[in-house]
This record gives sequence, structure tokens and C-alpha cells, in this order.
Amino acid sequence: MLDNEEFLLDNAPRELTQNPLRKIWMPCKNGMPAVHIAQRRVCMTNCPTLIVLVGLPARGKTYISKKLTRYLNWIGVPTKEFNVGQYRRECLKIYKSFEFFRPDNEEGLKIRRQCAMAALNDVRQYLSVEGGQVAVFDATNTTRERRGTIVKFAEQNGFKVFFVESVCEDPDVIAQNIVQVKLGSPDYIHTNTEEAIEDFMKRIKCYESSYQPLDEVLDRDLSYIKIMDVGRRYLVNRVLDHIQSRIVYYLMNIHITPRSIYLCRHGESDLNIKGRIGGDSGLSARGKEFASRLRKFIQDQNIKDLKVWTSQMKRTIQTAECLGVPYEQWKSLNEIDAGVCEEMMYEEIQEHYPLEFALRDQDKYRYRYPKGESYEDLVQRLEPVIMELERQENVLVICHQAVMRCLLAYFLDKTADELPYLKCSLHSVLKLTPMAYGCKVESVCLGVEAVNTHRNRPEVGIAGTKQWPRLFPKPTGSVTLDSFMWMSHKKKKKAENILRISVFIRRN
Amino acid sequence: GSAMGQQPASVPQFCNSPTMIVMVGLPARGKTYISKKLTRYLNWIGVPTKGQFLNIKYRKACASAALKDVSAYFTKEHGQVAVFDATNTTRERRAIIISFAKERGYKVFFVESICEDPEIIAENIKQVKFGSPDYVDRDIDEAMEDFIQRIECYRANYMSIDDEKDRKLSYIKIFDVGSRYLVNRVQDHIQSRIVYYLMNIHVTPRSIYLSRHGESELNLSGRIGGDAGLSSRGQKYANALATFMRGQTIKDLKVWTSHMKRTIQTAEALGVQYEQWKALNEIDAGVCEEMTYEEIQENFPEEFALRDQDKYRYRYPKGESYEDLVHRLEPVIMELERQENVLVICHQAVMRCLLAYFLDKPADELPYLRCPLHTVLKLTPVAYGCKVESFFLNIEAVNTHRERPVNVNINRNPEEALHTVPDHI
Repeated sequence: MLDNEEFLLDNAPRELTQNPLRKIWMPCKNGMPAVHIAQRRVCMTNCPTLIVLVGLPARGKTYISKKLTRYLNWIGVPTKEFNVGQYRRECLKIYKSFEFFRPDNEEGLKIRRQCAMAALNDVRQYLSVEGGQVAVFDATNTTRERRGTIVKFAEQNGFKVFFVESVCEDPDVIAQNIVQVKLGSPDYIHTNTEEAIEDFMKRIKCYESSYQPLDEVLDRDLSYIKIMDVGRRYLVNRVLDHIQSRIVYYLMNIHITPRSIYLCRHGESDLNIKGRIGGDSGLSARGKEFASRLRKFIQDQNIKDLKVWTSQMKRTIQTAECLGVPYEQWKSLNEIDAGVCEEMMYEEIQEHYPLEFALRDQDKYRYRYPKGESYEDLVQRLEPVIMELERQENVLVICHQAVMRCLLAYFLDKTADELPYLKCSLHSVLKLTPMAYGCKVESVCLGVEAVNTHRNRPEVGIAGTKQWPRLFPKPTGSVTLDSFMWMSHKKKKKAENILRISVFIRRN
Repeated sequence: GSAMGQQPASVPQFCNSPTMIVMVGLPARGKTYISKKLTRYLNWIGVPTKGQFLNIKYRKACASAALKDVSAYFTKEHGQVAVFDATNTTRERRAIIISFAKERGYKVFFVESICEDPEIIAENIKQVKFGSPDYVDRDIDEAMEDFIQRIECYRANYMSIDDEKDRKLSYIKIFDVGSRYLVNRVQDHIQSRIVYYLMNIHVTPRSIYLSRHGESELNLSGRIGGDAGLSSRGQKYANALATFMRGQTIKDLKVWTSHMKRTIQTAEALGVQYEQWKALNEIDAGVCEEMTYEEIQENFPEEFALRDQDKYRYRYPKGESYEDLVHRLEPVIMELERQENVLVICHQAVMRCLLAYFLDKPADELPYLRCPLHTVLKLTPVAYGCKVESFFLNIEAVNTHRERPVNVNINRNPEEALHTVPDHI
């Protein structure tokens, strides 16, 4: 007997139907989806996970929280960070001085405890009610007692807990941290630099005496990673599941060495000029001009040890060749596979596959081309690229429109909804430089004309509304996309034809 | 300047200088287990790695001979990683290795296994030591006692990597078979991957079942690829598979399929939850999708011959190669390492790649591994390798295995090319 069995009452195999948007085969009964048991990819967690940061102020906790949250969301794990300092600011309104954080300040302690509780409440809301999978609890959490409270809270709610401790005694790193993110904090907005630094150092002192770092013996039953000296050394204890393993791997690959990442597309290609998507064509004359200007641009940037990466498609390789430096080809950087629509013009897709075209506009992120890929698939195949980008320092990535959108969305924390509509024009270079908690973006246009390949989000109308036009007079109103999906083949054909006609009418 | 001065690889170059992985630890701490597994994994992902150098457990003289072998492996055989499996328990021994590597510009990464749990140690000893020639025909208890004495000899001089004195070294310490790890100064991509791998493997007994989908409609007509449903025999297989798996009485079985209809239909018959992985999809045959081999020969005779010349690296036009497949299956392998009992319902080329990983088959054998329809392979890790049990579930199916023909020349005639094509409708 298999433990997790659910015996079907009859032995007839369930019919399978393919979701028209994502091209995923799912069981169905009587034309409607049956109990949904198949998932798109490996389940990251069974129960939600609470990641708890630990460490003195200015140890990079918020930096780690934000970065980790951004990464997890990008790979498709709904994650949210909860910064207790924010709660404190909302409560106090005005920050006076480090005195608030003194260990003998009863009033201060009370407020801080309340803020932590309020944050935990919101965590509970997010994980248990709103469908979040990971919550990142960003606070000092420097005492065993506080951590004990959190563990108990997690147990009561069925959350797994994973601690991330940052330990660092290097005064240069701490100073750098203070200058980069503390001086600009709302707490110090009305204070001059010297006073701010002095106050902040005293603030750190308030925590030091009661700091109980995670202990190899006392805390041996907890799951945690201890990051020492900004990643020089790690102690990892009791990794419980897949998501914790991925988190550990990610945290062990990130660094804070200053560097820049340059993103650009290949030079304009022959298929670009013809308005066709995909394919594997070479550069147009203008594309070649771009490549030579790119060479000059890179030389002028005077970058130390620049790595250059391309896809395995001719147009990116041709672009890199002009640079005259070694480059690495990554198949994972290949453009999105448009399947049956490869090398078609949008007008042709509209004509031959109007339904597909409409579905794509419906949900461009999840839509998978027949025999092709979706943006969602792209993100999954780009994950190792992102991981290696995190490890590297200065890199120039010469890629493609959809690919560049995915990478950009990772660095600029864009949602799945925005991602497929990010503007990534031909012949311009984006220079991304990590700064404070985010990324500075500089866009450089190299002054070579090119076709525009960007298709905006379509306006509300036939293609893009949640409601379909009244295809079949239904007493309850218009047919929704959901019910459309489970219609019989004959009905779908009819709907498609109606769609074709109405598009034709609109156009003319 | 062009790409890297060498053949552009389909996967990025992992390391510039060769790397020596040096195992550290008392006997019976799993060093050989880890070495062999790591070597197998690295070779599978395309990093030429060797784990077998002179057996030098005892004397300094032997150590330098082994190091010479390492050097030869890197320079003459173009190896990238050498796994140096010995006790390496003294700082002196390790210092010799470090200076050897420094002289030649090799990177060094230490892997130390620390364990004081007597049960684990006893289990290790039983599993792997009693096969060694030293112990043939001796009483097990006496042998155990003898071996424990041997360990004590090492313990007297054992110096663990020192977190203070050795803080400039790159290493990972594995405590108690993976409940805790200490990682210090990871230098590059390959070391990062090694650390990730070591942190995901475990020794809990379990079995992995590999099977293809039931016979499909396209299988019947000898066509490759596509997204067809099961034939009636394929459906019978799915039911037989369900019966078989129930008979195996497995605790907490996970079931994985690809995104293709035929694997999902097969899983449906099991009546349990399953997970779909796009990464498990069959190799993309590009322009040759849904063709028969005869049609490929007729339309793309040159491609067909090139494929026979190097089936592992050959990429279908607008499709994939086995090499690409391995790259996309790596996260599947990583998750299989983390999991316990799993049934993977996949496809011929995919199953060959997974099997090659578990059975340590090299790239040139991989594309010719036999993975017939309607047969389940049960893999059970045992000692340093994997036990394989094959179960044919007695439902007839077409043969889809095409052997390498004798003539792989582009100019061969069609009969020579099609000589090994299996029968179909």
C-alpha cells in the first residue's frame, strides 16, 4: 500500500486535456478539470517557511533579506519580507537617538516587543491566509529568548524555521555598511554625518552585551546558516528541505564586491528587420555597426576583467566576435522558443493562430507557445545564469529580448506581470550597478538605428480582457476564459472562427 | 579573438586551473564513498574527473608517486579535477600536497568527514570493509575489532583541519553524515557546485525506480518525439506498473513525470499524486520531430550520419543533444539525491542520461544504454555503487533501441544507415 494513495472508485483512466494557455496536460472529467493533483514543478515546501535573520546592526541583514526575497519571488516562490525596524518607525514616528535601544529602557523594550509581535502577526497573515510560502523576518533577533519566542510561534502555526545569522567584526565592512545604508535611513534624515555615525555606533553597542550568537552546541537542533565575514566562511546546520537547500546555495554564492553587469541584446538581425520572431539569423548592416560601437563603448568603460557571455545563436555570437575578446556561449541564454510560431510575423500568428495570439496577451508570463516555451519556462532555465552572475564580478551579457527581460526583472525586482513588457530595445546597453539595497540602472543608447521589436500590453478589448466577447449567448453572461478552456473541440473551433472574423472587422 | 581558444562548449567552462580535491578523515568516515560519488557526479556534468590514484594509505613514498599521477592526469590527459582519496590526517601530509599544488598552479579544496557516532562507523565498516581482500575468510567480529584498532592508530596522529591555523585554506567539513557543514573560502564555480552537491547527498537507504512511459501511438509507427498518447498496450503497462509499485510496498513514494502526455497518462494509472517536470521532457529532435528513421535518412542523410558519428554531442537542427539533456537534467539529479523513494516516469533518452549518472557510464556509452519500454529499473545504492534490478512487466511493446550501425560515413548508402532500425508499423 502506498502511503499517499487515493484510490479511484473506477479503474478507467482519467481523460487528459491540455490547458490551452500553459500547454500543461491535466486530468479532466466531463470536460471539467478534475481534482488538481499535478503541479508544474517540484514542490518547494510542504509547509510555509519562516526565515529569521540574526545579527547585530550593520551586519547586512536587510541586504540579505531583500536580496533573498527578490530571488525567491523571481524563481516563483511567493516571498515577503517583514522588517521590524519599519514597524518601529511607524510606531514611533520620530527617531530621537540610540537611547531608545538601551537595554535598560523599559519603554523602548516594550515598544520593540510590540513591533516584533505585530510583524509576526502579519507573517501569520501572509503565510496562512494570503498564500505566501516564505516570510523573511528581518530583525536583530540577537537573544536566545527572542528566537525561542519565534520558534514557538512558528510551531504553533505549522511553519518551518530557518535562521540566517550574519557575523562580522571587520570594522571596514561595518563602516562601509553604515555609510551606504544607514546614513540615508529615515532615522538619520535630519542628522549630520558625524553625529549619525556616532549615534549608530552607540546603537550597536546597546545590542552587543546581550548578543547570543547561534551556538553549535546549544542550538544544534535548529536549522540555520551562519555567515561569517561576508561569506568567507559558513556554518550550515540541519538543512531540512529543498527550499532551505536552495537558500543556502544562493546565500553562499552572493557577494558584495563592487562590480557592474552590462545587459544588451544582439545587434539588429535580418529577421528583426523582416518583423519575424525567433529563428537563427545573422546581423544586419546596422547590427554590425552596433557591434563595433559596442566594442568602443566597452573599451571606453575600461572595465577590469570583463567576462563576456553570449547565447548559442548566431546573432549574439556575431555581436561578441566584434569585441575582440574571449567570450563564453551559454545555451541557456538562447531566445524563448516560439515553437510553431518560430520565424513568423505577429500578423501571421494573428492569422494562423488567433486563439494562441489572444491567449498570449491574456497572460504573457505563463503562456507557452505550442511546442515552445513560456516566460515562466525561461526563468527556470535562466536560474543557473543568475546564480553564476551572482558569483561573478564584471560581466557583459549579450542576449535576446525575452531573455533580457527575465534577467532585468531579477535585478530590478519586477513582478511576473510586468516582466514580459519590460522595455529592452535593440542597440542600447543597460549598465546595472548594485547599490545599497537595490540596483542602479544606466541606459546607454549607442546611436545606431534599429527596428522596434517591443509590443506593448494590448489595450482592453478582445485580446486582453478577462472576459471574452459574448461568443455563445449564455444566461449568466459572457463566457470566461476558464470555461472556454474546457469546451469541446468543435465549440472551440467555432469560437476561434468568430474571433478571426471579429479581429478582421476591427482591423478594417 | 574567438571563443576561449578552444572548441566552444555547450556548457560554460567551469574552471581555469585544475583542481585537487583532497579527502581528509579517519578510516570509515565515508571518504571513499564521497570521493566516488563526487567523481561520478563531476564526470556526468562534463567535468573530466579522476578519483583513482595509487592506493597510498600508508607511506610517504607512495604519496609522492600518487601526486605524480595527479600531475600526469592534468597535463597529459587534460583532466580538470583530481579527487585524492586517502586519510591525509596529518598537517604535514596536507602541507606536502599544498606545496605540490602551489608549485604547479593547481587549486586545492579539502573535504573533511568528521564523525564520532559509533553506529554509523560500525555500519560503514560492515558495508564496505568486509569486501576487502584483507578480510576474506575471517570472523566478522574479529575483523571489526581489528579494524577499529587500525582506526585508533590513525587517531593518535589525527589532526583535523584547524579553523584558525588553516583559515586560508579552501575546505568543507562534513559533520555526522551531513547534519552540519563548515565551509571556508570557496574560490570558484566548481568548488561552489561541489559544496552544493555534497550538501545534498545523504546515506539513508532508499530506492529509485526508473521507467519509460507506456508504449505510445507514435512508438508503434516508429516515429520519434511528438506528444502522443498511450497505445492500448501502453495503457496495459500503466496498469501493470500500478500493480507492481503497490507490490513493492514503498514508504512515501514520490512520483515524477515529464510534461508530455504519455508519461502523465502512465502516472494517472497509479492513482497517486505525481509532479510534472518540464526538465524530464524527451530530447527535442528539432526538425526531425515525429519522423521515422527512414524519413530522417531520406530528408537529412548527412545529419543522420553525423548523429551516428557522435551520438552524445550531436544536436538535432533546432533541437537538442544528449549533452544538452544532461545539462537540463542536472537539477533533477540534484533533487533525486535529496529525496528518498522516487519513481521517475520519463523517456528513452532521458532515462539513458539518468541511468548513466547512477551507473557511472561514460558519454560514449550513454546514448546506447538499453532502456526498453515496459521495463522498470530499480536502483538501490549499496556500498560504493548501485544495485540494479530490472523488471519487465510482461506487456509486449515495440523495440525503440537503435544500435550504432557499422558505417557512419556521410557517404554511406541508405541500407547501411537503416540497417539497425528496429521494426515498426
